[in-house]
Amino acid sequence: MRIITIAWRNLWRKPWRTVITSGSIFFGVLLSTFMTSMQYGSYESMINNVVKFYSGYMQIFTQDYHENKTINNTFVFNDSIRQIIEDEPKLTNYTSRLEYFSLASSENLTKGSVIIGIDPKRENMVTGLKKWVEKGQYLSKDDNAVLIATDLAKYLKVGVGDTIVLYGQGYHGVLAAGIYPVKGILKFPSPELNKQFIYMPLNSCQQLFSAPNRLSSLVLMLHDNYQLPSALSHLKSKIKPPFMIRSWEELQPGLVQMIEGDKAGGLFMKSILYLIITFGILGTILMMVSERKRELGVMIAIGMQRYLLSRILFIETFFIGLLGAAAGIAASIPLTYYYYLNPMPLEGDAAKTMIDMGIEPYMYFSIQPDIYYVQAIVVFIITLFIAVYPVIKAYTLSLTSALRS
Amino acid sequence: MNVIEIKGLTKIYKTSEVIVKAVNGIDINFEEGEFTAIVGPSGSGKTTFLNMLGGLDKPTSGKVIISGIDVWKLSSRQLIDFRMNNIGFVFQSYNLIPVLTAGENVEFIMHLQGKPKKEREKRTKDLLEAVGIGNRINARPSKLSGGQQQRVAVARALASKPEFILADEPTANLDSKATNSLLELMSQMNKKYNTTFIFATHDQRVMDKAHRIVTIEDGKILSDEYFERD
Repeated sequence: MRIITIAWRNLWRKPWRTVITSGSIFFGVLLSTFMTSMQYGSYESMINNVVKFYSGYMQIFTQDYHENKTINNTFVFNDSIRQIIEDEPKLTNYTSRLEYFSLASSENLTKGSVIIGIDPKRENMVTGLKKWVEKGQYLSKDDNAVLIATDLAKYLKVGVGDTIVLYGQGYHGVLAAGIYPVKGILKFPSPELNKQFIYMPLNSCQQLFSAPNRLSSLVLMLHDNYQLPSALSHLKSKIKPPFMIRSWEELQPGLVQMIEGDKAGGLFMKSILYLIITFGILGTILMMVSERKRELGVMIAIGMQRYLLSRILFIETFFIGLLGAAAGIAASIPLTYYYYLNPMPLEGDAAKTMIDMGIEPYMYFSIQPDIYYVQAIVVFIITLFIAVYPVIKAYTLSLTSALRS
Repeated sequence: MNVIEIKGLTKIYKTSEVIVKAVNGIDINFEEGEFTAIVGPSGSGKTTFLNMLGGLDKPTSGKVIISGIDVWKLSSRQLIDFRMNNIGFVFQSYNLIPVLTAGENVEFIMHLQGKPKKEREKRTKDLLEAVGIGNRINARPSKLSGGQQQRVAVARALASKPEFILADEPTANLDSKATNSLLELMSQMNKKYNTTFIFATHDQRVMDKAHRIVTIEDGKILSDEYFERD
C-alpha cells in the first residue's frame, strides 16, 4: 500500500470538503491569473505604444549626445556600428534619425519645432509613421519636402502643397535655413506630438543642418520586450565609447515607474487573495489532522514511523493545492487566450482617456507562460508553508493522548 | 519461558494540585502462549499498565524487558520498529484505517515491515480466512459490522507475527454474539500460533476464557491467579 494511495484516498473521505477547499484555490488561481494576464497585457500594450510609436526598444547615440542633445554631438554611422547591429540576431529592424530643433515659419507665423530626419522606408517599418498621414502623401527617400503635424500646420496655416521655412542653427553653428513644400499632414493620437513634429528625409535634414552623414540616434527594434534583456546586454558588451546604447526603459523612466507602481498594486491584491486561500487550506488541514488524531496515533502504535506519517499528511496537503491550482490554471488558459485574441473593448470615459493618450481603447491580455506557472509556484509555496503544521503534528503527536481521543 | 519481564513499573502523573500513582511498582512476568486478562475497576491503572507494556507510554520508572530487550532504552524510531515486529495491538474501537479495505489493513503492517508482495497477499488471505471473514477482503471498514471489524483488527495484530498481542477492552463495543465469537477466535489463535494474548478488560466473558487473571487496583497487583481451561 503506497503512501501516495493512502493520501489520495484520505482526500476523498469527505469529498465535499476537498472539493470546496480545492474550489477556493481554483477560483483564487483563476482570478489571479486573469488579473495578471490583464495587467501584463496592458503593460505590453503601453510598451508597444511607446516603443513602436517613437523610441524603439533600444537607441544608440553618443555619450555626449545623451548628456547634451545638440547637433554638435551627433555621429557618423560607420561600418563598425553597422556591423554590430547587423550581427545581433534578436534585432528585427533598425532606422537612423537626425533630430534637432529649429523655427518653422509660414508668412508671418513662426513656431519652435522638432525636426526629425528619417529614412522614410525604414522609419515606416519601425514606427509605422505612414499610418498617421492624414492628408497628402508619405515621404520618399529623395524628396526634399516635409510632413508636418496637424496642430502645427493649423498654427502656421499651411496645407498640403504649401511651403514652410525652417530656420535655425546647424552643425558647429552654421546657419540652417531652407524652404520645403508640405507633402503631407500627420495626425498623431498625442496632442503634444501634433504641436511640434516635422519629419523630412534624412538627406534633406542633413543638408539643412549642414551635417552630412551625421545621425543623432539609431533606433533598434526587437520582436518583443521579453527579448530586451539579453539583446541589450549583448549589445552593451559590444558597443564601446564614444557610443552608448540605452533601452526604452532607460529612455522612458516615467513609464517604467508607472508599470512598477501598478505591479505593486496588483501584487497587494493578489497577496490578499492568496492569504484568503492560505487560511482556507489551513482550516481544512487543521480539521483533517484534528479529527484523525486517534487514527494517526494508531498508525504510529502499530509501527508506522513518524516520518512516513508526516509524508502522508504532506502529500494530502500538496494534493489539495495541486488539484485547485491545476484546475485553476487549466481553466484560465482558454479564458485568457480568448481575451488575448479578442481584447476587451472599453467604453465611456475610460475609452476616451486612453484615446487621448494615444492608446487604443481596449483591455489587452497577455499569454506569457510565467503568468501561469508563477501561480503554480505560489500555490506550491503556500502548500509547503501549510504542510509544516501536519508534519510537526506527526512528529509531536502524543501516542497516549491520541489513542484516548 | 518468559516473553515479558516487568520490574518495578511505575507511572506517576503530576498535575499542579495532585500527584497520582497510576501504576505503582508492578513486578510481573508473562510466559509464551499465555492468555491473560488484566482486570480491575475503572481507574485502577490497567490501560496505563498495558500502554507501558506495549511501548506506547513511557514509565516514570521501572523496566519492560521483552525477549531480553529493555524496550524503554530504545530510541523513538527503534521503539516504533520494535512494536511493529514484536507487538500486536487490538483496540477497543477497532481503529482500522478507514480508507483501506480489510485486506489492505491487514497487509499494511507487513508492507511497513518490507515483506514481499506475494508473501503479504498470501498471509493476508490466510489470516482473514482464519478469522472467518475471507469473503470481505475488499470491504472497507465502514461496510463491516463491529464484530467483523474487530476480527480484522485481530488479523492485523497477528499479521506481523508478533511475540504477543495486547488487547485493550476488545469486546467493549461488541454484542454478546460477536464477543463470544471473537473470544473463541482469539482462543483458537492462541492455540494455533501459540501467540501470547494479554487483555485489559472488565468483561466477565473474557475473564472466563483467560488462563491467568491479574487483578490490579490502585496501580498495584492485588491478585495473580491461574486457571485450567478447555
